[in-house]
Amino acid sequence: MAKKVRIPTPLRKLTNNEEVVEVDGATIGDAITELQSRYPGIKERLVDEKGEVRRFVNVYVNEEDIRFLQNQATPLKDGDEVSIIPAIAGG
Amino acid sequence: MGRGRFVDAEELMEKNEGFMRALKCRECGREYPLTASHVCEFDFGPLEVAYDYDRIKRSLTREAIQSRLKGMWRYRELLPIVNEPTVGKQVGFTPLVKADRLAKRLGIRELWIKNDTVNYPSLSFKDRVVSVALSRAKELGFDTVACASTGNLANSVAANAASAGLRAYVFIPSDLEQGKIMNSLIYGANVIGIKGHYDEVNRLCAEIAGKFGWAFVNVNMRPYYAEGSKSMGYEIMEQLGWQVPKHTVVCMASGSLLTKIQKSYQEFTKLGLVDETEFHIHGAQATGCSPISTAQKAGLDFFKPVKPNTIAKSLAIGTPADGFYALKVMKETGGSADDVTDDEIREGIRLLAECEGIFAETAGGVTVGVAKKLIASGKIPANDSAVLCVTGNGLKTLDALNGTLGSPREIKPSLREFEALVATEAKAN
Repeated sequence: MAKKVRIPTPLRKLTNNEEVVEVDGATIGDAITELQSRYPGIKERLVDEKGEVRRFVNVYVNEEDIRFLQNQATPLKDGDEVSIIPAIAGG
Repeated sequence: MGRGRFVDAEELMEKNEGFMRALKCRECGREYPLTASHVCEFDFGPLEVAYDYDRIKRSLTREAIQSRLKGMWRYRELLPIVNEPTVGKQVGFTPLVKADRLAKRLGIRELWIKNDTVNYPSLSFKDRVVSVALSRAKELGFDTVACASTGNLANSVAANAASAGLRAYVFIPSDLEQGKIMNSLIYGANVIGIKGHYDEVNRLCAEIAGKFGWAFVNVNMRPYYAEGSKSMGYEIMEQLGWQVPKHTVVCMASGSLLTKIQKSYQEFTKLGLVDETEFHIHGAQATGCSPISTAQKAGLDFFKPVKPNTIAKSLAIGTPADGFYALKVMKETGGSADDVTDDEIREGIRLLAECEGIFAETAGGVTVGVAKKLIASGKIPANDSAVLCVTGNGLKTLDALNGTLGSPREIKPSLREFEALVATEAKAN
């Protein structure tokens, strides 16, 4: 079983409107590289010039923010679910 | 323009965008049409409403404002809807209270409380943002509104949606204070309790918003919603006699309110409604959820997300969406930040209540507690003047004070018993 990445609405234009995409990458960083090879342009939306995940992008593995894990080095195993979510306002 | 109207309808309808120009990415400046959308497709930066300030300047004068109803919509040109407001027309213009007794206790020359504990209809500043978001949602043709909330926003969406005849879904952490839960249920909203903290509710709502075509006030309606907070700043300046306060202390959850207070001061200055003057904006957090104040104190321009653990549940956002911009505002204005423990929050609530007769929720205790610290450390100089933004009502967070206020002394309905009680207590003192 591969890993699933949920694609947020603002990026679906790049994924031919696919909401969920399967990847094989062993880490979040690998998964982003893999997404880029299949959907050119997606990486620069997620990662800045320095290679860091953009300030307003939140990435979760199985509902945990990768900043509480190992950021882009966070390992992925089969069956994991990755969500990419824009930061949203308070309430 | 007659009394009782907010603004001349013809002026508004001149363009079908009102006084707005576009939605604009705060990061890269790319512009988008004025739809229900909140994120730049290129860098995920937040979208913000851009206005036509030249037209606003021709329409919005002190005289025009003063001729209108006393509510937040008297600043109509600076709020992002096209037609007249349809939801929350009576929101705002809450008292600005000169807090002499509290000033003495905190050791500052002059102190004011912007008292949104009595905002209409749901007793928090959130009625300001919701009034804008729901009026705009109706303009855009939505019939269902929703929000992710730490409590106050849920109350406000539920109440305002009820009065507007809109269907409402509110998503809250399931462990919220009973008062906040009841205050959403009573209006007939669909209240969904999520077994998790607010950041998890937020994440889920971002996913739900992508799937369901609703107006999520703090997701896809966020650019309009967030602008409503500016009205708190406009009112403060008008109520101070058209002046920008030297110091303003604002509590921070996502950090949005703090950034919008700065924007309100800048806009009034740009429009010539107040004189240009130096001002400082200070941020207040609870120690149990202090990603922004921790970063500010360490001199960083970015924050590290945290897992919240505080009685100030309305401020319990561990991944504050506007944290980066809040830090920038404090830096630009020479403001500072601090945070207070749960005990200091309770002490802040009591101080405000005992000195000024204002019962604030936990977030208000945070603001008062942090103001006390900033004054004591000289970051707000004792000979200056400050405004504290108190954003929500204490009746909603009674749980936080449970067992800390003692209980009433009970006696029989007998004068003799009362006299005995007074005599005993006089002896004890």
